Amino acid sequence: MNNQNVLLEVKGLKKYFPITKGILFQREVGAVKAVDNVSFNIYEGETLGLVGESGCGKTTTGRTILQLYKPTDGQVVFAGDNLTNKTPKEMRKLRYRMQMIFQDPMASLNPRWTISTSISEPLQVHQNLKNKEKLERVEQLLELVQLNSYYVNRYPHEFSGGQLQRIGIARALATSPDFIICDEPISALDVSIQAQIVNLLEDLQGELGLTYLFIAHDLSMVRHICDRVAVMYLGIIAELADRDDLYNDPLHPYTQALLSAVPIPDPRATRSRKRIILEGDPPSPADPPSGCRFHPRCPLATDQCKQETPEFRELKPNHWVACWEA
Amino acid sequence: MEPILELKNLEVNFNTLDGVVHAVNDVSYSVKEGKTLGIVGESGCGKSVSVLSIMRLIQEPPGKIKKGKIYYRGQDLLKLSEEEMEHIRGAEIGMVFQDPMTYLNPVLTIGKQISESLVVHKGMTYQEADEITKELLNVVGIPNPTDRMKDYPHQFSGGMRQRVMIAMALSCNPRLLIADEPTTALDVTIQAQIVELTKSLQENLGMAVIWITHDLGVVADLADDVVVMYAGYVVEEADVFTIYENPQHPYTNFLLKSLPRIDNTRRSERLATIPGFPPDGITVMPGCPLMPRCKFAVERCNHENPPLREIAPGHKIACWVEISTGKER
Repeated sequence: MNNQNVLLEVKGLKKYFPITKGILFQREVGAVKAVDNVSFNIYEGETLGLVGESGCGKTTTGRTILQLYKPTDGQVVFAGDNLTNKTPKEMRKLRYRMQMIFQDPMASLNPRWTISTSISEPLQVHQNLKNKEKLERVEQLLELVQLNSYYVNRYPHEFSGGQLQRIGIARALATSPDFIICDEPISALDVSIQAQIVNLLEDLQGELGLTYLFIAHDLSMVRHICDRVAVMYLGIIAELADRDDLYNDPLHPYTQALLSAVPIPDPRATRSRKRIILEGDPPSPADPPSGCRFHPRCPLATDQCKQETPEFRELKPNHWVACWEA
Repeated sequence: MEPILELKNLEVNFNTLDGVVHAVNDVSYSVKEGKTLGIVGESGCGKSVSVLSIMRLIQEPPGKIKKGKIYYRGQDLLKLSEEEMEHIRGAEIGMVFQDPMTYLNPVLTIGKQISESLVVHKGMTYQEADEITKELLNVVGIPNPTDRMKDYPHQFSGGMRQRVMIAMALSCNPRLLIADEPTTALDVTIQAQIVELTKSLQENLGMAVIWITHDLGVVADLADDVVVMYAGYVVEEADVFTIYENPQHPYTNFLLKSLPRIDNTRRSERLATIPGFPPDGITVMPGCPLMPRCKFAVERCNHENPPLREIAPGHKIACWVEISTGKER
């Protein structure tokens, strides 16, 4: 993987949301550390999976990369450009190269716009096309996502969830981006539709040479679609490795517990498997535990874990872990 | 073994502005005493409506139980008066819902909410019920129950609220627990906790469970028998090992093949897909509801809806075709 070009580099990214008190005179009394010192690279043409439980900061990481949230600290370098010190105007010129697909396609499309208007909006913003050219491009995009171009003048409520997600993908592809953040693109869909969308995303990647950051909590699907996987816990990356390496030989106790909790659709296999059941719930990111953030739930925790934050180190080639005991 | 609950030819419709939705069509299944029945299917396939009918919680109108019988220990629940039904709900059959926050009362402490069913069904005073509530919270794994029972629902996390729901459902020692997608809204590590909890409770209390989900992984883990539903029909029914190792209905086959597996050591290949999407339940076609999406479909599927037939002892499917040969059965 290392001989490939780095498309996106995230260095020490932090995003804190302030907690305020008072109505007229608001003062900051703390911060939700949604993303706390996260670093990783994404190589051209690969799919990096970002997994973790709800509230661990996956989505915030995605949005901060696109500068939809202003990072508190850290750098995001996209194809040689440092995005963190760009003005909004400069950023807008770069946005056509990076797009996003959202979890709930119904909520991310304007219900009063025809899908043609929705899909062509990015074209309007980024490329000054004539109406006829725009319509041609929309039809081409619909074909690309395997929808009938006959539907261009319909409204979102006339489509099923799977079709709407295809429209969301078509809109993301409108400006021919290099990089797409897929934020839980299949979680809201039925099982039989999920496979259709995943296959479509894979086909598009092959055809158009796209790079994906695939945010998800379905670990089985992530294993299917991703080349490398990063596991997040409470705002930090606990482990980052090549797909098979991570699933076959997880080194972080959290990854081990997470993987063992995923049920397998095979009664004999799933019943004979040894499960690590974690106790309790993830703590609040407003007041994360000292030292290693996983220590209160970790079966291996020692005194060192309670006091010192483990560094993110490369234990095996391309296999990074933040744990003292791994 | 005598089934504790038996549904026979249940049919439920909903009158909507767009037309009559045929949510449950001619559905029969049964739950054995002390065993777990898993009901799987996509959203809108009628799995929740069928169990809401058991509890007589279908709102009429717009809903209507058109026909069918629901025998609970030999007694037809559909014939009971509302008052008699109140002795069944909560006392005999407990239910856990998908989203605990919508079902818990936000302005009552959880201790009060759990005690309520004990007061109503067992005629206890609130003081007496408190003791049992403490015990229940302990059983479902909520630490420090004496203090926690004075807390309100918003003070609990999602997994904890689901545990509270389970405690409520268990309060009167029901013989049957219905769990309607209890872990869908939860993270996998919390889901694993709830699944383990249910398994150990069932072992200790010997109750029967109906577990509704769209997650085939969870069903593989805890069900004894499985019912697969599609478009309001039961399409396949068998014990859990048969369903996963020898599925005979095309839909069950598609579903299992379209799932990636976490223990998959082969190189990634394309996922099998079912073209199209499920029907809306309003337009009723004469043939098999799966026909437009099914690659095994033959001429007969166009005009005749296959009934649920037994093809091996305890293994029923609703399909005209034998998928191994592609010919009619």
